[in-house]
Amino acid sequence: MNKIWLVIQREYLSRVRKKSFLITTILVPVIIIGFYAVIIAISVSGSSAVEKVAVVDKGNLFDGHIPAGKNESTVYAVVPDETEQSFKGKYNKQGYSSFLYIPEIDYKKPAGIILHSQSAVSLSTKNKIERRINQAIEAKRMSIAHIDPEQYKSINSDISIDNTVDSEKGGKKSVAGIAFAVSFGAGILIYMILLIYGTMVMRGVMEEKTNRIAEVIVSSVKPFQLMLGKIIGIGGVGLTQFAIWIILMAILQFVIPLIFPAMFHQMAEQSMNGTAIPQSGSSSMIMTITEGLQSLNIVKILVCFIFYFIGGYLLYASLFAAVGSVVSEDQQEAQQLVFPIMMPIILGFVIMTKAASDPNSSLALFGSLFPLTSPIVMMGRITYDVPWWQLGLSMLLLILCFLLFTWLTAKIYRTGILMYGKKITWKEMSKWAFRRS
Amino acid sequence: MDLLEVRNLKKYFATQKAVDDISFTIEQGTIFGLLGPNGAGKTTLLRMITGIFYPDNGEILFDGRKFDPLEDIQHIGYMPEERGLYKKMKIGEQAIYLAQLKGLSKTVAIQKIKEWFTKFEMQTWWNKKVEDLSKGMGQKLQFVTTVLHEPKLIILDEPFSGLDPVNTNLIKEEIFNLAKKGCTVIFSTHRMEQVEEICDKIILVNKGTKILDGAVHTIKQQFKENLFKIGFDELPVFYDDESFELVGKQDSSLIVRIKENSRPNHLLQYFLQQNAGIISFNEMLPSLNDIFIKLVEGTPLARQFQPVNA
Repeated sequence: MNKIWLVIQREYLSRVRKKSFLITTILVPVIIIGFYAVIIAISVSGSSAVEKVAVVDKGNLFDGHIPAGKNESTVYAVVPDETEQSFKGKYNKQGYSSFLYIPEIDYKKPAGIILHSQSAVSLSTKNKIERRINQAIEAKRMSIAHIDPEQYKSINSDISIDNTVDSEKGGKKSVAGIAFAVSFGAGILIYMILLIYGTMVMRGVMEEKTNRIAEVIVSSVKPFQLMLGKIIGIGGVGLTQFAIWIILMAILQFVIPLIFPAMFHQMAEQSMNGTAIPQSGSSSMIMTITEGLQSLNIVKILVCFIFYFIGGYLLYASLFAAVGSVVSEDQQEAQQLVFPIMMPIILGFVIMTKAASDPNSSLALFGSLFPLTSPIVMMGRITYDVPWWQLGLSMLLLILCFLLFTWLTAKIYRTGILMYGKKITWKEMSKWAFRRS
Repeated sequence: MDLLEVRNLKKYFATQKAVDDISFTIEQGTIFGLLGPNGAGKTTLLRMITGIFYPDNGEILFDGRKFDPLEDIQHIGYMPEERGLYKKMKIGEQAIYLAQLKGLSKTVAIQKIKEWFTKFEMQTWWNKKVEDLSKGMGQKLQFVTTVLHEPKLIILDEPFSGLDPVNTNLIKEEIFNLAKKGCTVIFSTHRMEQVEEICDKIILVNKGTKILDGAVHTIKQQFKENLFKIGFDELPVFYDDESFELVGKQDSSLIVRIKENSRPNHLLQYFLQQNAGIISFNEMLPSLNDIFIKLVEGTPLARQFQPVNA
């Protein structure tokens, strides 16, 4: 036991003390948050280039005047005395990026509207213009049908429904959107943990083998102790990294508004300037999020996350360690051998994306019980009241599978780390795993 | 007293009988040579003695008791042929780690490492990383970490590879010192001149079996061909007698084989009677190298794989 502890210490400290650990641990959240900051900044400032669109309105759709849209960078100008043919050669010189030709049209069956431009217009511009035309045509049709626009507005309906889940503990509001986001996020997190720390274990084992230190260490420590110490040590590194990230995220959430007050001010202003509907929308969205988070069983999710993080990591780390032990020097060889291990992880991810939106399908049930995919898939279902028996069975299967795999991979590892210069096939590995002693 | 006794040790792999029924004993405080061509089964044998492999058959007695890998590896220092260190780790920390794995406490480990580093003039290395060391420097560090915990049994597989003559001598001196203090050393190599110089007793293995076992000087006697070399100030005119036959000529000396029933005295008398000026007279014992080649030659250089029914 004492020796495993020594190995754990070395594996943990040698990684945590590295400068690269500190750099990635601090840089990753900074980059993520910076990324979002840039996205917000871009969306707030809007596209700076103003697009000028000329309109040759033969159909008199706009009645000679197009009001400037709110928050729109597109400016429209009606050009009265031009035809499609005559204006084609001029609009570019007059500073318009494109011109819209509206022929004389039948409002019941509008056709033949063309947008001329030097280069293909962006999808968003095209959408904006189409929306404008639709509005104009609707207005025309309403006036033809003698419908008061105000009346039409009051008839128009836009409603969202609440879903209440009835369980023994009484009704509780289900917030599908939040549940989906939390499930999906947790699933992706487990997926990334398995890949990142699994490969870290593999590289650690390969390092020991290629540096020829394995035999030196194995003459003082049992190979199993060495493998377990490495897996636990690197798992500790992962937990440390997550703890630091959580703390950093919390700090950054407080700090960012202080550093970029202007940006947030602008954002607030924007929502003030906007119409009444988006404003109430954003505040109701915040309410929905808090309400949604309250409706989730955070403790249960957290406990399950930690369990599946540790269980999934241990299961896959032993597999990655076995692969690392049989690779001699060749990186390419490692990639080939690691592929069969990546497959169930990727499969788990695919099932999870489906399970997060359809948590009670038979595929999701299978994926959340099958130990190789359960850590990822169960996370995708976790916010949707998974029955206790399924959760229990899934955890039990994961533990059993972990014990079985560790036992088998330890035998592969024991033989593999002392083999040099020979390419080892899957057939040989399975022979090592299943032989007696 | 025997520190190590190996009885009928066997280890079969899927395609080879790596070690096939080998027995030997090693007396405490001696330097023991384990010789054999490539692929003879030396490494497998050593791995069983260090508890890395379990033997399929046979038993190992360590210090008079049955070998218990968990306990006894604390008293063994093993420097394998395929050896290395963590490249990114600082040298001092690395040595402490390896010593702790052998059961030393941290304070004792630091103290001992400092002693050895002073002895080998390595004090300035403490905070350097292994990747900064040359191959020879690495070997020195490896030797220190092998013997640091004062093991009863030290196993060195090709300890001098990559070392210059000065450092080779330094390590050789330390091996002698350790043996004098009562350590037992197993020394595995292909370099026969080093074996002759260092080892008290050797065994030679080939194809997984032991083909020679004994003290170095006894083995040499056993394989001697009654060759003698006589040096003259001037080559004599006649050198034909029934007591010996001429094997070769070298400048002003003759190499002769004394026939059975004859003695070296007959040879000397023959030349003395001729009034030849004799300067030197030596028995030519075969070198271990010759014996090694003689015994191993004729067997295929590379071991063939054969199926094992066991």
